[in-house]
Amino acid sequence: MKVEITVNGRARTIDAAPNLLLVQAIRENLKLTGTHVGCDTAQCGACTVILNGNAVKSCNVLLAQAQGAQVTTIEGLADADGTMHPMQSAFKDCHGLQCGFCTPGMVLSAIDLCKRHPNASEQVIREQLEGNLCRCTGYQNIVKAVQQGAAAMKS
Amino acid sequence: MGASDFSKLPHIGESFLRKEDYRFLTGAGQYTDDIDLANMSHAVFVRSPHAHAKIKSIDKKAALAAPGVIGILDGHDVVDAKINGLPCGWLITDTNGQPMKEPPHPILAQDKVRYVGDHVVMVVAETLEEAKNAAELVTVEYDVLSSVVDVRDASKATALHDAAPNNHCYKWAIGDKAQVDAAFTNAAHVTQLDLVNNRLVPNAMEPRAAIGSYSRANDEYTLWVSNQNPHVERLLMTAFVMGLPEHKVRVIAPDVGGGFGSKIYLYAEDVCLTWASKKLNRNIKWTCDRSEAFLSDAHGRDHVSHAEMAMDKDGKFLALRVHTHANLGAYLSTFSTAVPTILYATLLAGQYTTPQVYVEVDAWFTNTAPVDAYRGAGRPEATYLLERIVSRAAWDMGLTQDEIRKRNFITQFPYQTPVALQYDVGDYHACMNEAQKLGDVAGFAQRKATSQSNGKLRGIGYSSYIEACGIAPSNIAGALGARAGLFECGEVRVHPTGSVTVFTGSHSHGQGHETTFAQVVAARLGIAVEAVDIVHGDTGRVPFGMGTYGSRSISVGGAAIMRALDKIEAKAKKIAAHLMEASDADIEFANGEFNVKGTDKKITFGQVALTAYVPHNYPLDKLEPGLNETAFYDPTNFTFPAGTYIAEVEVDPSTGVVKLDRFTAVDDFGTIINPMIVEGQVHGGLVQGIGQALMENCVYDKETGQLLTGSFMDYTMPRADDFPAFTLGHVCTPCSHNPLGTKGCGEAGAIGSPPAIMNAVLDALAPLGVKNLDMPATPHRVWQAIQAVNT
Repeated sequence: MKVEITVNGRARTIDAAPNLLLVQAIRENLKLTGTHVGCDTAQCGACTVILNGNAVKSCNVLLAQAQGAQVTTIEGLADADGTMHPMQSAFKDCHGLQCGFCTPGMVLSAIDLCKRHPNASEQVIREQLEGNLCRCTGYQNIVKAVQQGAAAMKS
Repeated sequence: MGASDFSKLPHIGESFLRKEDYRFLTGAGQYTDDIDLANMSHAVFVRSPHAHAKIKSIDKKAALAAPGVIGILDGHDVVDAKINGLPCGWLITDTNGQPMKEPPHPILAQDKVRYVGDHVVMVVAETLEEAKNAAELVTVEYDVLSSVVDVRDASKATALHDAAPNNHCYKWAIGDKAQVDAAFTNAAHVTQLDLVNNRLVPNAMEPRAAIGSYSRANDEYTLWVSNQNPHVERLLMTAFVMGLPEHKVRVIAPDVGGGFGSKIYLYAEDVCLTWASKKLNRNIKWTCDRSEAFLSDAHGRDHVSHAEMAMDKDGKFLALRVHTHANLGAYLSTFSTAVPTILYATLLAGQYTTPQVYVEVDAWFTNTAPVDAYRGAGRPEATYLLERIVSRAAWDMGLTQDEIRKRNFITQFPYQTPVALQYDVGDYHACMNEAQKLGDVAGFAQRKATSQSNGKLRGIGYSSYIEACGIAPSNIAGALGARAGLFECGEVRVHPTGSVTVFTGSHSHGQGHETTFAQVVAARLGIAVEAVDIVHGDTGRVPFGMGTYGSRSISVGGAAIMRALDKIEAKAKKIAAHLMEASDADIEFANGEFNVKGTDKKITFGQVALTAYVPHNYPLDKLEPGLNETAFYDPTNFTFPAGTYIAEVEVDPSTGVVKLDRFTAVDDFGTIINPMIVEGQVHGGLVQGIGQALMENCVYDKETGQLLTGSFMDYTMPRADDFPAFTLGHVCTPCSHNPLGTKGCGEAGAIGSPPAIMNAVLDALAPLGVKNLDMPATPHRVWQAIQAVNT
């Protein structure tokens, strides 16, 4: 089946089997390997992308369900000149990443979180990050990064 | 250059933002599964569904006929190809003088399977889906045998290996038993404790992955693999397993998404892919599913111990006596045998002057995944046991947890422990005092009263840990059974324009070496951090390396780079002396400039570099052109990071829920190069350690040997809302024997935190009469413990 989808602003047509997952389409068909797969039970959040304005785990969405959708992956966040999105910069400034594997999903979840909770407290940030696992950072600097990123996104 | 001069250089102690972050933040990191080669095929492993069984037959016929199948290999093919089993890197000698039992560890099961997840058949097909479908068609018939998962039952269970009757691998001991026994006879008080150190699954966020590739044109193999030490992987695979010449195999560990020990080892899958890439003449990729990772990654911990502490009437420790049963799993993983022995028992003196320590370890095979080093590797097990019994002893003696520690702290250095190690430096009182200050211990009583008025129980827990890092002096390691050297290698390549590329054997999989090591080089040469790039993780580019584990990178890998930089400076001084027409001895080097002592004559590092590569005016009769040096560094001792951690928890007695309210960690890592990165390492370690104490637990079914905690739905991973923000502090006594003064910081958090948490929980539960509790302190367990004393 053919699925039309806009990924990072670019219209794409993917010819794929009906059981293809969105994350497979992104990684294997579009070769956007910044979206990662860290589990097989929709728990870790490494595959998080923005689908029609909402953060979703792309391992839990069929490509077919994304017909006509707008998708943003980690590759689509920085400006054309390479300037990072304020949330990406905040993760760097606050040392909110170590091995980098969970990072794309974490950054996209954080952006979504800030849109839904522009004035989130530390506790709310921690609760809202429940769906994203990180094994390296202990989360403390991720929380700090989300706070800084949230402030930067408002200004 | 000495450690104290080094620590004063610019960039040392500066929280330089990480050079590697841009690629990770923009999706440009390249992990093994992201690599897409032409002509790629995909592998799937058929794994044992049984904990223990004889293989009656393997029928591959239907699978071979399935669409897209390229080849299917099993244990018979391995025998035909004369591929050996996986080696164990550390030989432990039994107390009876015999070597440990070392049964074969085949890369694909031969005749028998020994744990759920044991690798039986490899299926290679054009696509992953075709490989998975074909794997479903492989029929393996088994005769199921009885199995054992609990180390305490191993001796009575059906033997896993012919070579190990009763499933016993070794009995090992350290210390003077007679002296210890005598000390116990004369003790005023003895505290006893039974402890279980729960089995953990490492769960690096990137599952293991590998790509095998073979070039007929050059008769060369390339293995991309998510691994912490590509040179060790290559050495083990070529020399011990496949019998290949090392120069015909290149191992590349590209971006690696966390390791925590679990990616040190040579795994069967890595060998299978390398072998099959030539046999089937295809590039072959395998990426572990998370469920498969739970079954097949090396697990951590799994000790059952009995400990006794003898004290005089004032709570001074006289002797410690310990017996530990260690679960090694079904086969000996690469460094498994060293973990419950050399890396464990030698740490049981802790920070204390205990004059006598005797430790006996029985190591057993069980029908579970192999157990090996996991963040801390033996040292968390030692710290947990010691710090739990020290707090228990305090309560038994009517002392506070801090007082008993202070009465027993070592204060004179160097200090020779009764269990082989010699600590070079430390200041344990300073760590304790700083932790008590930062943790506002003075306010604890008030907080406890507030909790009480809310119907909650508040407790405080201490842990004063020590660990041995910077592994290791090769001669000592060799005498203790290591089958490899444990030095590190670094090459410093100065380019004609004065920028520098460093090739290090230390691998970075989250630790930020590309930044920290660049700071070291920039500081030493007086150039910009941006002018230095660090290359790691590729046997085709890096001369040699022993890799990253045991918090060794900066202290051993960094020291090797420092040695190479010493050579660079020595040669550069000769070039500078020639250019300035002075004698070599009169040249001084500081802040990136060479000057002639007592004059204003000077030239920059860049000018010297250019001259080395454009040697028109150059002492060619005495000196080779170029500025490129390699050094190997073999440490003279371990390093000894130490610290005191204080946890404060609030327990709801009606539900058993433990809330971690405050956590203070004060560490002495010696010289700190990048405080931001060091704090990040501590945060991560703490969450893994607190995860062990409060939620993580790997459970196999006792009857069937099935893994019950086989996914993130069943195995509790720490999440962001499980923790408060941690308070960190530092004390600095620089390491006395390496050129940086560093000690290592990667594992401390995971080592020091579990006993602090459990001591806090037990302190909270003390009024109810609960005296002992095993990790993890889940609500269920805490509630049960409360009910048990109530009835």
